[in-house]
Amino acid sequence: MSNKKYTVLVADDDPDYLFQVAYHLRNCGYEVMAVESQAEAEQVFSKMKPDIALFDLMMESDDSGFILSYKLKRLYPDVPVILATAVARETGVTFGLSSEQERDWIRADLYLEKGVRPEQLDQAIKKLLKI
Amino acid sequence: MAQLKVLVVDDEPGIRSGVSRILRTFHVTYPFMDEDYTFEVLEAATGEEGIEIIDREMPDILLLDNKLPGIQGVEVLEYVRKKSYDIVVAMITSYASLDVAVKAHNDGAIDFIPKPFTPQELKASIEQITKQQYLRRITHKLKVEGRKVRFQFLSVLSHELKAPLNAIEGYLRMMQERQMGDSMQEYASAIDRSLQRIEGMRNLIMDLLDFTKVSFERQVEKMQEIDLREMASLAVITVSPYAIHKDIHFVTDISGCGKIWADPNDFEIIFNNLVSNAVKYNKPGGTVTISVSCDDSDFKLSVEDTGIGMNTDECGMLFEAFSRIKNDKTRNISGSGLGLSIVKKVVELYHGIINVESVPDKGSVFSVIIPKVQVTHKKAE
Ligand SMILES: Nc1ncnc2c1ncn2[C@@H]1O[C@H](COP(=O)(O)OP(=O)(O)OP(=O)(O)O)[C@@H](O)[C@H]1O
Ligand SMILES: [Mg+2]
Repeated sequence: MSNKKYTVLVADDDPDYLFQVAYHLRNCGYEVMAVESQAEAEQVFSKMKPDIALFDLMMESDDSGFILSYKLKRLYPDVPVILATAVARETGVTFGLSSEQERDWIRADLYLEKGVRPEQLDQAIKKLLKI
Repeated sequence: MAQLKVLVVDDEPGIRSGVSRILRTFHVTYPFMDEDYTFEVLEAATGEEGIEIIDREMPDILLLDNKLPGIQGVEVLEYVRKKSYDIVVAMITSYASLDVAVKAHNDGAIDFIPKPFTPQELKASIEQITKQQYLRRITHKLKVEGRKVRFQFLSVLSHELKAPLNAIEGYLRMMQERQMGDSMQEYASAIDRSLQRIEGMRNLIMDLLDFTKVSFERQVEKMQEIDLREMASLAVITVSPYAIHKDIHFVTDISGCGKIWADPNDFEIIFNNLVSNAVKYNKPGGTVTISVSCDDSDFKLSVEDTGIGMNTDECGMLFEAFSRIKNDKTRNISGSGLGLSIVKKVVELYHGIINVESVPDKGSVFSVIIPKVQVTHKKAE
């Protein structure tokens, strides 16, 4: 990694997941802002621009992650967003953005199932940051 | 009052203004419609213009002349079908040529209005079309909602079950890879957290078992005379480790008539859930009051707490499966959101009702009313 420290904004209402992700990302050399809710995440990015964001899909509401993604992109169209979800494909729910309407307002750059290995997450982030 | 947009595509100005005039004052009612429908009329003189208006305005009903100067009516109809727009189409036609009619019908035109028409004929057709459109939309809506319920069930389930697994797995890997060093000490909180998540998952599984169990019929052989006082104190005992931890006091107020003919499991579910919620969503040092009473017709149970309470909107949703209220006050309280939906199902098995009254930051009262009548009735069976 270059000498610049990249800042990752992580929002997840599962305190354990948040702790683990923040721990790993710090180990990988990122600056991590970890928050536990949609509301806090909004506060954070209204004041500072992260380099990349990782949002949980379901927090206060079932679509918190979508809403955050939308709001963040409106402020900073160039900041990549990863949406993480524990909701499995088995449920028949794919987040492949099927309808045009969805594609219109959900602007996440990547969907990740929770439980991916830290190295995979690191790789995904590097790819989105083009480093 | 709802308004439907009607687009008339006809090259004769007289027809267009006629439709406008007739429909301006017309409205349709139908016994099971929520509201009356009125109409806003848009006009187009050619098919091309019609398509432009369709794309822009998305009308609900399209009245289409077939013989038009440029593209023909049936072509406009084809366009609507190809785009799968939710528009009901009726053809206005002076000479019903059979092949046009067949083609139009195959493309989904649902009605033919003869030209010239009387105001009465137009109104009759529009009424018919409106009702059809209404029914179509209702069925569509129901389908979508049905799917949503299923979606919610599965997604929450997979979310709630996988989240703790992910958390525990994550901690185990940190230990396996000695990520925090070689000393066991470093992992104490990871172990604590893992155990807590396992406990949460165990509760969810118990809830799920209850949830599926109560959807079955009552099992007559399990019915017996049960003492509501015993049920109440059982629930208090079950929750007491947690209550002691939070320094919650119980007050019970049970008047004489405490016997009911029922499956004890069911009443265990009712009491356990209400009492554990009253502790869970209470403030440290709070009180839980359990009362059981009855009058000539009903048993009444209520569980009152001095906890975080809820606003009216929140009260409205909490009996649905998996609904949890998410705010700062509940963030650190775990649960599946199944408890109250199970309670409601059980209460309904006994033809009872459950209510909640709540004031944010003051507390909540959950009351259950179960009619006595069925008790004697069941007994006689
Ligand atoms: N006594 C109460 N005071 C305040 N809020 C309550 C109370 N009881 C229930 N609630 C709210 O209603 C929601 C639904 O309750 P419910 O018992 O169905 O699920 P839960 O407690 O989240 O999970 P569990 O299935 O483990 O009981 C809770 O998440 C909570 O926000
Ligand atoms: Mg509960």
